[in-house]
Amino acid sequence: MATIPLEHAHNEAEWRLPTRGVVAMTSLIIAESTIFTIFVTAYLYNLGRDTHGPTPKEVLDIPWFYSICLISSSLFIWLAEHAIEHAKMAAFRLWWSVTILLGLIFLYGTAIEWHKLIFEDHLTISTNLFGTCYYSLVGLHASHVVVGLIMMLVTVAFAFTRHLHPEHAYRVKVLALYWHFVDAVWIVVFTVVYVVGR
Amino acid sequence: MDSGMPIPQGIEGAIDRTPAQSARGTYLEAIHSWIVTVDHKKLGILYIAYALVFLLVAGAEALMIRIQLIRPHNDFVSPFTFNRLFTMHGTTMVFLVGMPILFGFGNYLVPLMIGARDMAFPRLNAFSFWISAFAGLLLYYSFIGGVGLSGTGSAPDVAWFAYAPLTEKAFSPGHSTDYWAVAILASGIGSIGTAINILATVFCMRCKGMTLFRMPLLPWLYATTSFIVLVAVSPLTACQAMLLIDRYLGGHFFDTQAGGSAILWAHFFWIFGHPEVYVLVLPAFAFANEIIPVFSRKAIFGYPAMVAASVGIGFISLGVWAHHMFTIGMTSFGNAFFTLSTMLVSIPTGIKTFNWLATIWGGRIRFTTPMLFCIAFLFQWVIAGLTGIMLSVSAWNWQLHNSYFVVAHFHYVLIGAIVFMIFAAIYYWYPKITGRMLDDKLGKWHFWLMLIGFHVCFDTMHIPGLMGMPRQIYTYEADRGWNTLNAIVSVGGFIQGIAVLVLVYNMVHSFFRGEEAGPDPWDAWTLEWATASPPPPYNFATDPVVASRRPLWDLKHPEDPDSAFE
Repeated sequence: MATIPLEHAHNEAEWRLPTRGVVAMTSLIIAESTIFTIFVTAYLYNLGRDTHGPTPKEVLDIPWFYSICLISSSLFIWLAEHAIEHAKMAAFRLWWSVTILLGLIFLYGTAIEWHKLIFEDHLTISTNLFGTCYYSLVGLHASHVVVGLIMMLVTVAFAFTRHLHPEHAYRVKVLALYWHFVDAVWIVVFTVVYVVGR
Repeated sequence: MDSGMPIPQGIEGAIDRTPAQSARGTYLEAIHSWIVTVDHKKLGILYIAYALVFLLVAGAEALMIRIQLIRPHNDFVSPFTFNRLFTMHGTTMVFLVGMPILFGFGNYLVPLMIGARDMAFPRLNAFSFWISAFAGLLLYYSFIGGVGLSGTGSAPDVAWFAYAPLTEKAFSPGHSTDYWAVAILASGIGSIGTAINILATVFCMRCKGMTLFRMPLLPWLYATTSFIVLVAVSPLTACQAMLLIDRYLGGHFFDTQAGGSAILWAHFFWIFGHPEVYVLVLPAFAFANEIIPVFSRKAIFGYPAMVAASVGIGFISLGVWAHHMFTIGMTSFGNAFFTLSTMLVSIPTGIKTFNWLATIWGGRIRFTTPMLFCIAFLFQWVIAGLTGIMLSVSAWNWQLHNSYFVVAHFHYVLIGAIVFMIFAAIYYWYPKITGRMLDDKLGKWHFWLMLIGFHVCFDTMHIPGLMGMPRQIYTYEADRGWNTLNAIVSVGGFIQGIAVLVLVYNMVHSFFRGEEAGPDPWDAWTLEWATASPPPPYNFATDPVVASRRPLWDLKHPEDPDSAFE
């Protein structure tokens, strides 16, 4: 019987590979970033090509408060990640709930903005090119917020029923990675729609 | 190096000594087990079988196109049917044949080659397959859905690139375009899922000792392909969403009358469309990387250069899309940029070609059926690349765009390179998947018929293109001088059809009557040949440990292991 000489034999413990959740979420984020890039490109390309109004300048107000809510939620979810890593479950539940709350406030902000646009400014997705691009891009982002919130609500349900334990910290981190992405994309969408676009 | 340290559970422990057992059960149980399976091998087989069925369907569509074009003023099918035939032929071949068959082999081989138990996410794997399968059924349901079987139903008729604004509600009423868009959307989601899965598998599931640079080239190339899928198929998904917003919600993305842009669709589509060629061809390269060394009895030449070239192709391929759009009209800077970036691809592909030649050079070549397909692939790939460089020159492209020269060029890539390598892969890995060898005599018949049919068809097809015959035309005038050429092309098409039928017969025949393969019929070197044929559900009895790029060589040649040279 032949034996195979192997140089790694004496340090087997050093055989470490990246965790699959992080690699998969990173891959998903790459794919999602590309989708957002396409919608952002369409938005920028179509700026000012409308045949009729309303135009972005006439109807859009900068949602400072709601944007700060969403972007600061990245900080709170980071605190939550930190807490569960150190087995501080009470702190985790607190920071995680704050993150969800901030996400919900952001969604509420989008809802009242759309309500105003639809009922006061009479801008819908089919009104003009701006409406099509605006609702698609902001709606695409909002749908990602909704997906993130659903996953975080499931997690918080597990946390409050004591089914979530510090050994799940790794899974929480994968979910948090997604949420950081959703927040980062908002910076791009915000810049494109409310800064450049107006 | 720390030599002579015995490893009790090295790769040897991975070899399964238990005799193969045939599972017994009712047919219903068997079908159930295939539907609920999350095993990467079964899903791989499902992908391949599904793709082969659609290969026959899309091949039949191609032959109907060729019958229609065999002589001028033919009326074998109606013009409306003809539009549907080439739309469905292209869409099917790319999304329901090319992608699934390559993902099928990837699914089957990547975990085995890296010594893993399964893919990183088995259930995601099953989801990806079934949503792709759903996409295929949905696309073909369009034939009988809508207006029903009379005529040709409501199959899409907007060509596989579905340029706007033809696809807008005003110009494509009814649901034919919706079938197309939703099917592509669904298949795209499946592709992205599989790409994520392959990347996670390659990076996270390798067995002990298998560093990235000890990994066989096939997983390397599948990782590259998967990366391209992430960044190239996603734009397609995004622009299908835009198209559906236009069609269902009254949006104006591609509605030129409301300020929307048809050119934007062309850009978005080709941002997907060109990298897609590399999504399809890189797995074909991957097969060549595994098969050519084994039948040349030499290790692959220039492994690091092969990795670098593959990853290089992956990146360059993302910056060449607008060479499909020279005739749409771009700035001279745009023309120059995309001409040069397209030509740049020829450098890494040239590196690969020379490395394959250097692998064969001085080897003890065994001309088995898979190797024959590999050799034909090398020649045909070079010719396909050369016409590609011709077409990348924007001035030449203006003359020949959307002519049969372009059709001949990309069929040279898709059939001459990719389909030939898929056939090579079928002959090479069929023994592993089924436990039985494919008949070599029938294989040779298949190869020679395919080779002759291919060259009769596609070499000839360049000429009517140069003479100005546009693609996607229903018929042509008799005085153009295209008649004989088109007849020859059609004959070549039928010879290839017969060749594929020989393969189908061989696959069915050998499944029942083929010679028993044993675990390692080709005397190969990668880990999949360490398992029984077909491999047990758990793949490896114990986790293998490897010390070089060719673990099985090390095992068979303890006096001269590869690991001594690392």
